[in-house]
This record gives sequence, C-alpha cells and structure tokens, in this order.
Amino acid sequence: MNLELTDEQTFLREAARDAFSRVWTVAAARDALEDRSALPDLWPTACAAGWPGLLVSDDGGGAELSAFDAMLVMMEAGRVLAGVPLLGHLPASSLLDGGGFADIAAVAEGSARACFVPARPPGDVAGGWTVESSTGSMRTDAPVLGEDGVLSGRSCWVVDAPGADVLVVAAVRASDDSPVAVVVDGAAAGVSVEPAMRYDATRSLGHVTFSSVAGASVLDGAGAEEMAGAWYLAQALLAAESLGAVETALQMSVAYAKERFTFGRAIGSYQAIKHSLVEILRLRENAYSLCLYAGWAHEDGPAEFPLAASAARAAAGHALDYAGRAMISVHGGIGATWEHDAPLYFRRGQLSRRLLGGIGDATDRVAGELLSAV
Amino acid sequence: MDLNDSPEQAKYRAKVRAWLEEHRSEAPFGPYADEASEVAARRAWQGRLAEAGMAGVAWPVQFGGRGLGPVEHVILNQEILRAGVPNVLDVIGVGMLGPTIIAHGSGEQCNRYLGPLLHGDEIWCQLFSEPAAGSDLAGIQSRATLQADGTWSLSGQKVWTTNAHFAAHGMLLARTDPDVPKHKGLTMFIVPMDAPGVTVRPLRQVTGDPEFNEVFFDDVALDADAVCGPVGGGWGTALTTLMFERLVIGLGSEGMGYQAERYARAVAADAHASADPEVRRRLGEVAVELLAVKFGGYRILSALQQGQIPGPESGLAKITTVRAATDAGDLIADVMGPEALAAGEEWEQMISFLPGLKSAGGTEEILRNTVGERVLGLPPEPRLDKGIPFSELRAKERAAASS
Repeated sequence: MNLELTDEQTFLREAARDAFSRVWTVAAARDALEDRSALPDLWPTACAAGWPGLLVSDDGGGAELSAFDAMLVMMEAGRVLAGVPLLGHLPASSLLDGGGFADIAAVAEGSARACFVPARPPGDVAGGWTVESSTGSMRTDAPVLGEDGVLSGRSCWVVDAPGADVLVVAAVRASDDSPVAVVVDGAAAGVSVEPAMRYDATRSLGHVTFSSVAGASVLDGAGAEEMAGAWYLAQALLAAESLGAVETALQMSVAYAKERFTFGRAIGSYQAIKHSLVEILRLRENAYSLCLYAGWAHEDGPAEFPLAASAARAAAGHALDYAGRAMISVHGGIGATWEHDAPLYFRRGQLSRRLLGGIGDATDRVAGELLSAV
Repeated sequence: MDLNDSPEQAKYRAKVRAWLEEHRSEAPFGPYADEASEVAARRAWQGRLAEAGMAGVAWPVQFGGRGLGPVEHVILNQEILRAGVPNVLDVIGVGMLGPTIIAHGSGEQCNRYLGPLLHGDEIWCQLFSEPAAGSDLAGIQSRATLQADGTWSLSGQKVWTTNAHFAAHGMLLARTDPDVPKHKGLTMFIVPMDAPGVTVRPLRQVTGDPEFNEVFFDDVALDADAVCGPVGGGWGTALTTLMFERLVIGLGSEGMGYQAERYARAVAADAHASADPEVRRRLGEVAVELLAVKFGGYRILSALQQGQIPGPESGLAKITTVRAATDAGDLIADVMGPEALAAGEEWEQMISFLPGLKSAGGTEEILRNTVGERVLGLPPEPRLDKGIPFSELRAKERAAASS
C-alpha cells in the first residue's frame, strides 16, 4: 500500500507549478472577461513542458505517463485558473495513440493540437450515445458516420474545440448505431467550429457542426470501450482541475480569516467561519481521495474506472461550487467585487460543473454503476 | 500508486488467513440464549485469538503482543472480517486501555492487568465522559480525595460506558485537585468494578436497547496503587488513550458497515426506485461520499506505512460517514416507506443509531473546531476557563447560569 506521490510525480507537479507561475493567469482571467485577447496562449508552455504527449506511448513519441500524472498537471492548471487546452487534447491523444493514428508524433509534441469531441456513453437507464445541445436538458444524438464515410451532426459546448488542428469525434455508425471514433481535420470542408465563451473567459468552448464532411478517417482500434474510456478520462481530468481551484479558494480564505478582525477577534476564530472553512477542507479531502481512486482504477482496476472517475467528477464539482461561494462569503462584501479573485473562482466553478454532461450526470452514473453491479 | 501488500505483508496475510480457516469452526456465531452466554463465548474466543497472537498484534512482545505495526493490525482486521468470525470482544481494552497502561502504568500494573485483559479473562471499560463533561472532557467533576492513610475515596458519575455491566476493571479519570486550573488537577485510576459503592445502570438509546451504561461511585475506596500515571498528570494519560481511540476508529472504519454497495443493494431491490432520477441522485451523492471515505482510509493506511500517525483530519472521515449514512437511511426510508421503521430491523436500527453517533467521540461541531485549529491553523474560539482554578470556574458558571 503506497499512495504517496513518487519523486517523479512531485517533480512533475513542481515543474507545472513553476511553469504556470511565470504567467499572470489569474489577472488574465479577469481581463479576458472584457477582452479575450488578454488571455495568454499557454499551448507553447504546455509543449515546452511535454504535456501534449503525457499520455502518448513511448513509440508514439510521448512520455507514456499515467492518467494520475496528467491529473496532477490539471490540478496545477486549476489552481491558477490557467486556460491551457489539455482537457480537449489529452483524451483525444489517448484515443489517437491507441487507434494507431499515423501522425501521432505531431500530436505528442503538440505541433498538432487535438480535441476530443465527446459523446456520453449509454447509461443503465437511458441508452444511446448522446451530445450536448446548445440549450436545454434534452440530449441529442451523437454525430453520425454514414456508410459512405460522410460525417454529419452537431455537438455543442465542446471544450477546447476552437483552433484545434485535429478533431477526434465520438460518433455512431449509421448502419448499426455502434460507436466509432472519427478523425477529422479541424480545417476540413464542412467542419465549422463556432467559438463560444460563457461566464469563465479562460474556458475555450465551441459548437462544432459537421455538414456532410467527407474524407474522415476511422480509428480502427477505438471501440465502445475506448470511447467510453475517453469520456471518463475527461471526467477525471476535469475533476482534478476543479480540485486545484478548490485548493486556492481554501488557502486564500484561510489566510484572510486569520488576518481580518471583527469585534476584536480574527474572523477565523468564529465557529461559523471556521466550520465553513473546514467544510471546504472536508470536500477537498474527499475529492482528492476520489481522484486517487480514479488514478488507481485507470491503471489497475479498469472495471471500476467509470465509477471512480464519475465519483471524482461529482465530488470535485460540488467542492468547487461550495468553495467558490464560501470564498466570497468569508471575504465579505469585497469578495463579491471585481477587485477580488473570488468571483473568478466562482465563475470557474459555475461553468465547469455544467460541462461534459454536468455533475448531475456524473452523480447519476455513480448510482447507475453501483445499481447495475448489485 | 499501489494498493497491494508488500511481500512481507502478503506473507502475514496468508498466515492469518490460514489460521482463521483452520480454526473458524471454534468461533462463536450465536444465536445466544442471553447476553451472559454471548459474553462468555466471545471471551473464550478472544482467548483463542490471543493465544494465536491475533489479539493486540501491535502490543510489545513482552506483554503478549507481536510487536507489529498498524498495517498488520489492519490486515488482521480485514481477514477477520473476511472470515466472518467475531473479533476480540474487548476492543476498548485491547485497543485503547491496555496501550495506555503500557505507556503510563507501573511495572506491577503491567504484570497484573495486561495478560488477563488481552486474553479476555477480564473485560475493561473506559470511565471518562460525564453528564456535564463530554467534548469538554477536562471539565469532569468526579472527585477522588486522598485519605490520611494514602488511599483514595472516589465519588461521582460517569456515562456512555460501554461494557460496564460485565467489566472487571475501569480506567477512570477523576479530579484530585479542584484548586488548580482544570487540566492540571486530574488523575487516572484503575477501578475494580465490583468494589463497594459502584453502581452500573443501563442507559437505553433511541432504539430502546441499552448500548451504554451510566456508572455511579459513592465513596468508593481505592488503594494507593490504583493510580495509573502521575497524580495530577491525568490529562496527559487521557490524551494517550484518546490518541489510541483515534487509531482504533481510523483502523476499524472498514468494518463499520456504512458502505455504498449496501445502500445500492437496498435501492436495487425496488425496480421502480432504481429508475427514479431523484432516488438515483440521492443514492449517487451518498455513494460519492462513502467511496471517498473508503479510499481516504487507504490514504490513512498509506500514511501509517510511512510512519505517520493519523492526525485530527481523520475526524473528517467520521463526519462524512455519519452524514452520508444518515442521508442513506433517509433515502431508504423514503423508498420503503414506514416498513423501514419496523422495530428491530436493519434500517430501523441504523436510522436510530446515527443521531447519537454524530456526537460520539466528540460532537461534529467540536471535531470541526479541532480540525480548523490544528489542521488549518485557525485561531481558537476565546475561552473563559484558561488559567482559572477549577473550583472558581464552577462557581462562575453557576453564577452565570442563575443570573
């Protein structure tokens, strides 16, 4: 039994922290709300650090590290609200590597940025592979690959889609509704990516439309299991990113509770404040335990990975919602103003928990996994 | 990241498993005619475990233990759970009070008490909490007064005392000097439960069953050698016991039965509920918390293996467990309806037990204070009892209550 970070993992985490510290990511998150050009391009930073190839095999030119290693980098990105397009790239790189994509080396070094255009795997109650609509709770069907090799359909709120070079699309075959991973050039005729920004300027989103896109190639090695695996990997990465943001919210709130005095006492001495801060810690500890669970399951217990990743996602999403609100409350009136960083973490939490199926879907999947295992 | 045993641990696990398989038929399983026969059977089984080196594995070898670490302790607990045989009857004695005697007791006390404790020949109880001193344990009022001949006279009341009605000895915290601040005037005693003046009364819980006792002491005479640890140093001795209590709780959480799978089974038995989005959301939320506790337990174990002792933050696992299990009971009762509350049945028992568990071993609020101050480093709540002699403090409290 050993759940401590290895020396390599500690080094990876420190290197990520160091790389992000050279950019004013939090200030940029505020400025970009009014002017998106204020957002730094962190892809060169990611490439210099070797992150695009984190999950790519050695043969493919990658570092062949574990999902948990990638989660450690995501935690550091989340800590400082860095908008680095790894959430779209990493699951895509994993599918491309496993599916024998010819130009995997470019994906691993980051000269080709990939993006996973996800679809929700069927659950134990609702069947079918589905994607997000532009609004509303109705799920729509995943894009369809015709027997003529033509891809059609639309997928909304796709993380990191704008500007991606390679799209790895979770689609279904027209013939039998079976899932298939389709590789499309981001600039191919018939592909349209409509950039969308909502509430959190650091999060690059896009509505992706495939209007009879011809010439798409199919990743032969990627079946239902791999497609579902990419979905749950994205859940685990988003969980880790949210957890990082929770840690900053906790640290800043605790520091303020020690230095701010009311009625002659530091506000952290009041139980109402103290208990709220301990609640952030409790939710943080739970989310970290579940991120470890997801990391372990990805390597050593794949049958449990859907459960573990969904649980981590639900826990971390809830933790960041709570932490963002508590951070504003602990800081009092100033916490609810543009002057303070707290609203940026709040914005991050409110958008993140609604992406990739939302934490409601993740929570339902936890129940579904357990109920179907009875 | 590794959840597997080391080669030495795997060897130990195999050894334990083989012994348990071989001797499983000797274990008592009930049903029992009455509590006395259950206690007798389980004491005998504790004796078998102790002879085989499967009780007090972390105790030093010279006192009958095996001198092993907490990880082996957990492996043993896991294997006992897996084999479906009862563990030792005297969890409090073996896990907390014996180790306290080893740490603070005299040589004579170690020789006299540890052997019979480990083998289940003498059961022990912990006499700390009082009606007016729980989370604020140092506020206890039981008085032990030194007599001219060097003996002590004890009077007072204790409460929440597990096993007191069949215990041979109790470890009791008493006030020996009321004229110094409250943490300073305390002394730990070893009390024979059959001494004249000791009265044990069952205390019934929400279910109607007496899971605890209250114990009264009326001028109980104690010999000079009943003192465990230094006179006036009882608070330090008590902290040792409480540290071992945290360890027992931290290492034994897997066996508490609050598992996500258990609640999923209950919901799955109702096909209509299993497809209800609201039921699924509530089950999912409960499961997320309990899975976190389960994996958090592995984190504690991993830390122990690196030689760290679980700190106050492990109290967060207790808060999470109680909250999630409470929500689970609520969900299952909503699904099943009034039938879930049938007397003596599984869910009625669990639902009735949890409100009390919320305060057991420190209330949720006190745990949050402790974690906030020790882990997050937040400033403490202002206190009105620091540095004031206990007798003066009590007088102030009485005056404030009556004004």
